[in-house]
Amino acid sequence: MQITVCVAVAPSTETKVKIAPDGRSLDTTEVKFELNVYDEFALEEALRIREARGEGQVEVVTVGDGSQKEEVRKCLARGADTAVILKADIQEADSASIAAALAARIGAGESRIVFFGKQTVDGDNGRIPAETAVALDWPLVAKISKLSFDGDHFVAHREIEGGVEIIEGDLPAVFSAEKGLNEPRYPSLKGIMAAKKKPLEELPVELGAARTVTVDLQLPPARPEGRIVGEGAATAAEVVRLLKEEAKVI
Amino acid sequence: MPQGILTFAEQRDGAFKKAAYEAVSAGAALKGDFGGAVSAVVIGKGVQEIAPQLGAYGADEVLAFDQDFLDKYSTEGYGRALVQAVQAKDPALVIVPATSMGRDLAAWTAAKLGMACAMDSVEIGVEGGKARARRPLYAGKAFAWVEPKDGPLLVAIRPNVFAATESAPGTAAPVAVQPLEFSADNLRAIVKDITAPAEAQLDVSEADIVVSGGRGIGGPEGWAPLEELAKVLGAAVGASRAVVDAGWREHAAQVGQTGKVVAPSLYIACGISGAIQHLAGMRTSKVIVAINKDAEAPIFKVANYGIVGDLFEVVPALTEEFKKVL
Ligand SMILES: Cc1cc2nc3c(=O)[nH]c(=O)nc-3n(C[C@H](O)[C@H](O)[C@H](O)COP(=O)(O)OP(=O)(O)OC[C@H]3O[C@@H](n4cnc5c(N)ncnc54)[C@H](O)[C@@H]3O)c2cc1C
Ligand SMILES: Nc1ncnc2c1ncn2[C@@H]1O[C@H](COP(=O)(O)O)[C@@H](O)[C@H]1O
Repeated sequence: MQITVCVAVAPSTETKVKIAPDGRSLDTTEVKFELNVYDEFALEEALRIREARGEGQVEVVTVGDGSQKEEVRKCLARGADTAVILKADIQEADSASIAAALAARIGAGESRIVFFGKQTVDGDNGRIPAETAVALDWPLVAKISKLSFDGDHFVAHREIEGGVEIIEGDLPAVFSAEKGLNEPRYPSLKGIMAAKKKPLEELPVELGAARTVTVDLQLPPARPEGRIVGEGAATAAEVVRLLKEEAKVI
Repeated sequence: MPQGILTFAEQRDGAFKKAAYEAVSAGAALKGDFGGAVSAVVIGKGVQEIAPQLGAYGADEVLAFDQDFLDKYSTEGYGRALVQAVQAKDPALVIVPATSMGRDLAAWTAAKLGMACAMDSVEIGVEGGKARARRPLYAGKAFAWVEPKDGPLLVAIRPNVFAATESAPGTAAPVAVQPLEFSADNLRAIVKDITAPAEAQLDVSEADIVVSGGRGIGGPEGWAPLEELAKVLGAAVGASRAVVDAGWREHAAQVGQTGKVVAPSLYIACGISGAIQHLAGMRTSKVIVAINKDAEAPIFKVANYGIVGDLFEVVPALTEEFKKVL
């Protein structure tokens, strides 16, 4: 069984956001990039499926400008077999154009399981998995927190407001991972050594035009200066009074 | 030329979600900006009965997809119905709530239609007759205006941000039951069941008040004071990632960059330090109250009202005070 894991290399969640001079993108000069948090769960799940089946290959794919190499290498160190960087200028790309490139790669291969993270921590979109599923004409099972197989038949769990949906279907399928799907492993020293010899290919691709464009990026309005009302339980009455009379939220 | 506004009114088990009224009201508030009518789409089983209610929130008409096999949400079932509705109405703007269901539906529908899409938006604008939306990026550390390169825009709106306004109380909207251009055979991934916790819990993303706990609680026990406070306020109980990772609370309760982004009118943070990833998930709350024994904790920088002290003393005192005024 061939499994593809699509990953993004995204700004660290610790990033203090600064706006670039163009007024519509992130100033990345001091930003640390790392594997998108949710994609760690996606990769881990793919590795576990390969291990449970005792056969198969896990391929990691990212669409990027080439600067993603180091993070992609770490995916190989964790246990992926091969990796591909679909090389393109992604500055002006959107979910649809990236998904088209991913779907072309996946469609030409042998994979019948494709994993994504539920969303990137920079764009917070969660659209690429759906765009890819539609381009491949495969079912989409997004935001899953549990997955099991009986051959080609799968049962997945998705948390919704106040409950869990139990979803069933058959491969091929596109899945996206929610936090909690599994506990991702750390790369072992052996894995890190092995990763140096694993294939990491770079393939130039042409990206289609974006449908959705960002025209303006701004920092959120500052919250009013924080205010400490007082110390200890004795302050409770005053805070409740302020909530009722000043803030009027209760 | 696309015209008018199409809104998706989410329902589960024959009852509209508050987010449905928010979506319809958001559409009604923009009526006229794109010409045409404000239509609502309802998908499910037996939904014809409830569909007329949307008139009160400003829907001029309701398109109902009423089928036994649409009883539970499925990406392809609801997605194909919404695609069909969009193709029938050719709207300039489509509004879907950014709930679990709505986000899934919006992403798939936009893909299927090749439409521009703005997720989790907090504002909808009009620029030169074109719809645009303002949405958080980096979990709310920045906000972007996004617009379609050309053509219509599908906007998923963040729950609790847009008002649900009964602009025409008592008005029943005309309902047009839609013939289906697809069947149950088109659904490849199916929701077989929905399990709910024994005691129905209010979700942090839906609640108007959230009481959250962090590592300051000290363990899986010790949540009783927070639960008591939440009960008095009709609030949901949230958690920091530290306590979720420690297994003290369910992941569903996690607030923050890798949990839920919430915007309640009141957020009470108890024993939470205020890490950047936690702030990202709650900093757009209208009012923030923080209780922490460390006066230097970063949470106090965003708190409208901070109390320095031991949460095990302060929280019960708050509960008693709220009881007096509620
Ligand atoms: C990739 C990534 C994603 C992340 N995503 C999230 C996320 O989505 N959500 C999230 O919350 N975190 C997230 N984090 C974790 C975040 O960085 C912090 O580690 C976490 O928020 C800390 O949780 P905490 O405030 O409960 O614990 P701590 O930071 O340990 O703070 C506990 C606080 O409780 C106070 N305290 C202790 N005892 C008492 C008492 N008796 N009374 C009153 N106060 C007391 C202490 O003074 C302290 O300020 C993420 C981290 C990473 C790296
Ligand atoms: N540039 C990219 N290349 C490959 N996969 C990506 C890329 N960007 C995002 N993804 C994948 O798509 C998921 C959702 O991203 P998004 O729809 O942008 O929020 C991520 O968690 C990744 O799995």
